[in-house]
Amino acid sequence: MTDTAKEVSTVSVTVNGVEIQAAPDELLIDACERTGTYIPRFCYHPRMTPVGMCRMCLVEVDSGRGPALQPSCMLPVSDGMQVETESELTKKAQDGVLEFLLANHPLDCPVCDKGGECPLQDQTVAYGPGESRFVEEKRHYEKPIPISDTVYLDRERCILCDRCTRFADEVAGDALIHFMDRGNSTQVNTFPDEPFASYFSGNTVQICPVGALTAAPYRFKARPWDLEETVSTAWTDSVGSRVTVQSSRNQVVRLLGVDADPVNWGWLSDKERFGFEALNSERRLSHPQMRGDSGELADAGWAAALATVTDALAGTVPGRIGAIGGARLTNESQYAWTKLFKGVIGTDNVDAQLGDGLPAALVLGLPRASINDACRPGGTVILCGPDPKEDLGALYLRLRHAVVNDGVTLIELTPARTGLSGIAAHSLHPPVGEVASLAEALVGARSGEATPAAGFSAEQVAAAASAISGPVTVLLGRASVAESVDHVVTAALALAQLPDVSFLSLLRRGNVHGALDMGMAPGLLPGRTALGSGTVDSAWPTSPSSAGLDTEEMLRAAAAGELDVLVLLGADPLSDFPDRHLAVQALEAVPTVLAVESLPNPSTLAYADVVLPAAMATEVDGTFTNLEGRVSVMDQKVTPPGTARADWMIAAEIARRLGHDLDVGSAAEIRQELMSVAPLFADLNDDRLRDSAVDGILVTGSQLNPPEPVSSELSPRDAYSLRLATGRKMYDAGTLVQASPASAGLAAPVAVRLGTADFERLGCAEGTTVRVASARGDLLVPLAHDPGVPAGTAWLPVNSPGSPANALIDSSLSVTDVRVERP
Amino acid sequence: MATNQYIPHAPGYVDNDGPKIVSSRFVHEDSYTIERYEATGGYDGLRAALGRKPSEVHNEVREATVLGRGGAGFPAGVKWGFMPPERFPYYLVVNGDESEPGTYKDRLLMERDPHQLIEGCLITCYALGLAQCFLYVRGEMALAQERLAEALNEAYARNYVGRNILGSDFSVDITLTWGAGAYIVGEETALIESLEGNRGMPRLKPPFFPAAIGLYGQPTIVNNVETLSNLPWLMLNGAEAYRAYGSETSPGTRMVAVSGHVKRPGVYEIEQGVTTFRDLFYGENFGQGMRDDRELKMFIPGGGSAPWFFPEHLDLPLEAKPVGDAGSMLGSGAIVAMDETTDAVRAALRVVRFFARESCGKCTPCREGTTWEERILQRILDGEGRPSDIDLLLDIADNISPGPYPVAADPAQGLDAVPFPPKQTTICPLGPSSVAPIVSTIRRFRHEYEAKITRRDTIPVRAETPLAAAEHHEVSA
Repeated sequence: MTDTAKEVSTVSVTVNGVEIQAAPDELLIDACERTGTYIPRFCYHPRMTPVGMCRMCLVEVDSGRGPALQPSCMLPVSDGMQVETESELTKKAQDGVLEFLLANHPLDCPVCDKGGECPLQDQTVAYGPGESRFVEEKRHYEKPIPISDTVYLDRERCILCDRCTRFADEVAGDALIHFMDRGNSTQVNTFPDEPFASYFSGNTVQICPVGALTAAPYRFKARPWDLEETVSTAWTDSVGSRVTVQSSRNQVVRLLGVDADPVNWGWLSDKERFGFEALNSERRLSHPQMRGDSGELADAGWAAALATVTDALAGTVPGRIGAIGGARLTNESQYAWTKLFKGVIGTDNVDAQLGDGLPAALVLGLPRASINDACRPGGTVILCGPDPKEDLGALYLRLRHAVVNDGVTLIELTPARTGLSGIAAHSLHPPVGEVASLAEALVGARSGEATPAAGFSAEQVAAAASAISGPVTVLLGRASVAESVDHVVTAALALAQLPDVSFLSLLRRGNVHGALDMGMAPGLLPGRTALGSGTVDSAWPTSPSSAGLDTEEMLRAAAAGELDVLVLLGADPLSDFPDRHLAVQALEAVPTVLAVESLPNPSTLAYADVVLPAAMATEVDGTFTNLEGRVSVMDQKVTPPGTARADWMIAAEIARRLGHDLDVGSAAEIRQELMSVAPLFADLNDDRLRDSAVDGILVTGSQLNPPEPVSSELSPRDAYSLRLATGRKMYDAGTLVQASPASAGLAAPVAVRLGTADFERLGCAEGTTVRVASARGDLLVPLAHDPGVPAGTAWLPVNSPGSPANALIDSSLSVTDVRVERP
Repeated sequence: MATNQYIPHAPGYVDNDGPKIVSSRFVHEDSYTIERYEATGGYDGLRAALGRKPSEVHNEVREATVLGRGGAGFPAGVKWGFMPPERFPYYLVVNGDESEPGTYKDRLLMERDPHQLIEGCLITCYALGLAQCFLYVRGEMALAQERLAEALNEAYARNYVGRNILGSDFSVDITLTWGAGAYIVGEETALIESLEGNRGMPRLKPPFFPAAIGLYGQPTIVNNVETLSNLPWLMLNGAEAYRAYGSETSPGTRMVAVSGHVKRPGVYEIEQGVTTFRDLFYGENFGQGMRDDRELKMFIPGGGSAPWFFPEHLDLPLEAKPVGDAGSMLGSGAIVAMDETTDAVRAALRVVRFFARESCGKCTPCREGTTWEERILQRILDGEGRPSDIDLLLDIADNISPGPYPVAADPAQGLDAVPFPPKQTTICPLGPSSVAPIVSTIRRFRHEYEAKITRRDTIPVRAETPLAAAEHHEVSA
């Protein structure tokens, strides 16, 4: 933007006799609301294109050609405009529109979930007629009809405002609901046999101005006036979407998106929105459990369980203790666990990631971008990671908007087609293991001659490279756990040479970025600093002298008999670690497995010796750090079940029993200590957090350097093999998803996806059970044809219900070759 | 030589005595073929245009004051001037979605003389520097679609359309497309939505008219079939010859469709501003009088959207200004005469029902209001009326179209006319159009409403009247 364009000129508009100033392109409805004059509306939504459908926002406007009724949601202000929002003409129009809207509305408010928070109710009271003159029979439809597994539609209540349909089409890109028929018979509906199967369907329920759309998890659960609420952060992925947590009778019953301009714009993925159901799951752990003589886990008291834990930890040397997980805890709990392991026990074998992420130094050491940076108009986004639509729903919506509406150029370097491929300028799917050479070729083509790379011609590379313009944001993540992370590291370091480049991490797991900030990775200390930086010396009794093991190394050590105690902090290595074979070996070999868990997962059920029940989000106070490094509050709203406790309390209790008092009595006190030991977080005081409840606080800066490039040799591929790529689906066999009734059934069963050439060469029909065999083992899974998978690649979802894809992977190899054959 | 009678191969068209600009070829049975078209001066207008500068062609149209024949009557030459400079590409869209009740003149023009329309499109494109034209034909008009498609193929084959037309450096593509059966896409912005593949719902204007932001967001001229069909003749004969017909403010001829209780309903090409309604209904050249020589009770002067006129308006000429001042409009040229046996309430219901069924469902007042009006009128006819219903109808009307609705004067009550156009709470005029028959009939025939509501006696309606027959037909079908 040039300097002259920055000089904001304003126009003056007279609203009800009072002159206001507004930006020239501002909509009248916004200008009025900003200056304190609310104009009623139903169809207008500030995050969507205005359509002027409901006619509720008609006001009397004189732009120099005499007063006339104009929809204020579609009218940009102009200088000298005279607006009357309370004139007789305006009031008559409002009265008339509301009478029309109510003519066919069933007025079943007493049994409607929206009753009490309904814009139609509220605006009828404020602007509507006292009674209806409509004596005819009202419109009737079957009510309600399920339009997806989660969402119900009551067409009698619908006032046809086009909000849900516009959201589905414009924002989510899933135009699965639309208007049908016309005139008085106009209705919203889906195509027959094509449900509103969108990852974002819950947003339509939130923005519905009446009770026409309801979602199964909240239907008939509570009345709005019984709800208590607090602004918090969604915890199922790392976007850090701002939400309102609403509870009734000490139970969370609903999450609503909050419009945080830098983050989620009010939108949520259904996983974020309905994931709270796991809180109320009957499978929640409410008491400690210990493995008895029979080999079964049985309820135990806290004293006995903690004694066992303390004995195990005290009975060995620090180097033979390891801790995996913790990415779903609050920052404060993560700090407490880090301090327990690194500062009290003195082991650096701590890793919040399960070998399925990125090195901490890569995430924290490269220049970082915010979501707004990535969405800057005129910029370029290079996606080198997993499919944001599957992993990070709310981020996907922001990216989609930026590409579709704001002229952001998207270039994909992904193993297969993603949810964004349809709008990408260049969608390049390099063969497994060759993303780094493609990235290097792209960067090379920017500065000199284009060369062919990763199966793409020099022209293709040059075309993609020439599309890069403006500031560049690399969305960096681990697209596939079937190839070594070294490929991603090399690709990232290559892309880091682009001019004006920054990186947005796509690590997906809840508060994983908080975990890295709190030092839950080998070689790290809280505050994005390296071991030995001395920052914690005053507050910690000890600290590790050398970098410890990451998850993969810990599991190898455990399998080799070099670990005595393995602590799983909400971690499930069997399902999430890329190499299931190694995870099994390790868990079987390690003498003591301690698990701190909210919901039992396959690893704890099979191998834990002691399970300590932990509170979940909304049950503890704390803060959350999203993928940008933005810190926001997560307040306690309800109490944990049974005797489950906050994780930081468990860590403090263990520390006390080990002879060191952490000396903290609340999350706020932990934050105080964090502020004193980590200069980056010195400003995170309670007042500032409260003041930034909606937008959060973006913490920038890091004292870490990016890692050195590593070379990863690719073994040649034999003529019969395909290279395995993996990915995630939003709904999988994960513990949280499966504990939420709304999403448990949505997990798609595992299937191996082949591109057209490979699919045809195999000659089997879709759905046929085929054998996928690697050096590690084989699986029998259904076959699927997916034109978005490149030739030479076999794509499997990890952690989907059915056969575990990670049983095929040997994490010591650079890539995993598989054969897909008729069984 | 005019025959002053129906022509079998042009159903409904009367070849009467009078100047012919657009219907001159209708007498020929093969008027739709390119051979006949070329033999009768076809594409000479295009050749004449290509020999002049585009701006000269535009000026000729502007000087001739070719009024739009779609309904609003806006001069085409002025509309063309609204195109913002240097925002290529521009598009021309031809509105062939003629579906106003009682209108069937564009259908005849497309069926009988498709090349004339194509030539008109080409002249327009040449004048404005356009390279792409879309012909949008109403979904139900199968024959018109077929003839236009055939004509386009012929025109492409003979290089009237396509690249380097007639050896010049002027190239145009014409795309034929048709609707899916919705009256509302006759509204230009809804038509553009439909062309883009969306649901046919009008866009709000202002702030942006199609000439500024139209098809695919580009400047777009939307013209009616008949408007463009005038251009070949205009190019050959010049603005002066064109202005020799008709009146000063409404030059040229226009096609009107007369229906209802006249002895000879049909499409007539008339001189604008010269011919009166009395001529149309009673003239030997035209309707030849009311059927069974009954008295005229009321008539619709310009399509279902127009407020109704009464016998005292018979001597008004068919010209925009006097008709507008008298409280109605000429609209699409559909003129419906109703004789003394017509039930005013039933007639109003017939028109209101059309608008209720054709509402696109976008704006609340139209979607809910038109159907509400229809149901009240039906209730009154069913003997279930309430005394409050008349005021209720008027208030619903006021909520769709606030303020005094355009209506003809009523000398008996000493009431003046309210001039056109109406105000509206909706995006497009469809909703307010439903108000026209209600306000017109209540103002003039309130006693008929009251009779039905309070005395509940029926007014005998003869089964053979067109309105009743049409209803009867619909029910039995």
